[in-house]
Amino acid sequence: MKTRILGIVALVAVAAMVLIALFVVPADLNQGDAQRIMYPHVASAWLAYLSFGVTALAGIGWLWKRDIRFDAVALAAAEIGVVFTAFAIWGGMMWGDPVWGVMWQWEDPRLTTTALLLALYVGYLLLRRLTDDPERRATRAAIVGIVAAVDIPIVHFSVEWWRGLHQTATIGSPDRVLNPAAPMVFVGTLIGMVGAFTLAWAYLIIRRYQLARLDVERDEAARIERLMSARTAEVAR
Amino acid sequence: MTDAGYVIAAYGVIIGGLALYAYSVMRRLAAKRNDRDEGR
Repeated sequence: MKTRILGIVALVAVAAMVLIALFVVPADLNQGDAQRIMYPHVASAWLAYLSFGVTALAGIGWLWKRDIRFDAVALAAAEIGVVFTAFAIWGGMMWGDPVWGVMWQWEDPRLTTTALLLALYVGYLLLRRLTDDPERRATRAAIVGIVAAVDIPIVHFSVEWWRGLHQTATIGSPDRVLNPAAPMVFVGTLIGMVGAFTLAWAYLIIRRYQLARLDVERDEAARIERLMSARTAEVAR
Repeated sequence: MTDAGYVIAAYGVIIGGLALYAYSVMRRLAAKRNDRDEGR
């Protein structure tokens, strides 16, 4: 019931922030209305970081405690992270074309490291399909999830470390937390959109985790059934 | 609105994709719960 309420709140918050971002906040003087794409683009990128961070932490949890629930959290966060990374890339391409004149440039460090992030976690999800053994799957996935998370700070700080097409951080870079590079009305709308998307993310994580838990229960029941059958066959011989 | 095509394409795919993904998770969850309740 609480999760359902969270879902309704998230839906209302996202709808309200989309309306504000599209029709209430003024357009940027230089970039025009294309700048409105920043709100869902940055919110998606933030949730991609958060998701993959959760995947890595849950991987550490699994390796430490050997509790399969950590693996279910890691799976839920990784799948949702892939979805949000794809949204961030798509939003960036739609924003980049009118502003930069190109949708994509492989020489840009932010774009390339983000594409790598997407590839790493698609690989993570594919790797999980290689074995039916839940413990082996969780261990392999945990190691890949922890190693792949190294790309998160590289993506975030790539705009500070190297030169490219992508602008530096509007907020979130160490010297801009209290001195954002955009007018406060834009920053406020961005924070609102990030908040609304984070509510949607929380709802999705809970639902995807519940789904992953049901898969674990089904796998465990199938494994016990196989063991029982083998035992019965052994006794019969 | 300037660059309306880009703005609509960006919001359409992101918000539409978010809605579709949420729907797919809820549908998969409902199907799994049904399977469990029916003992499959």
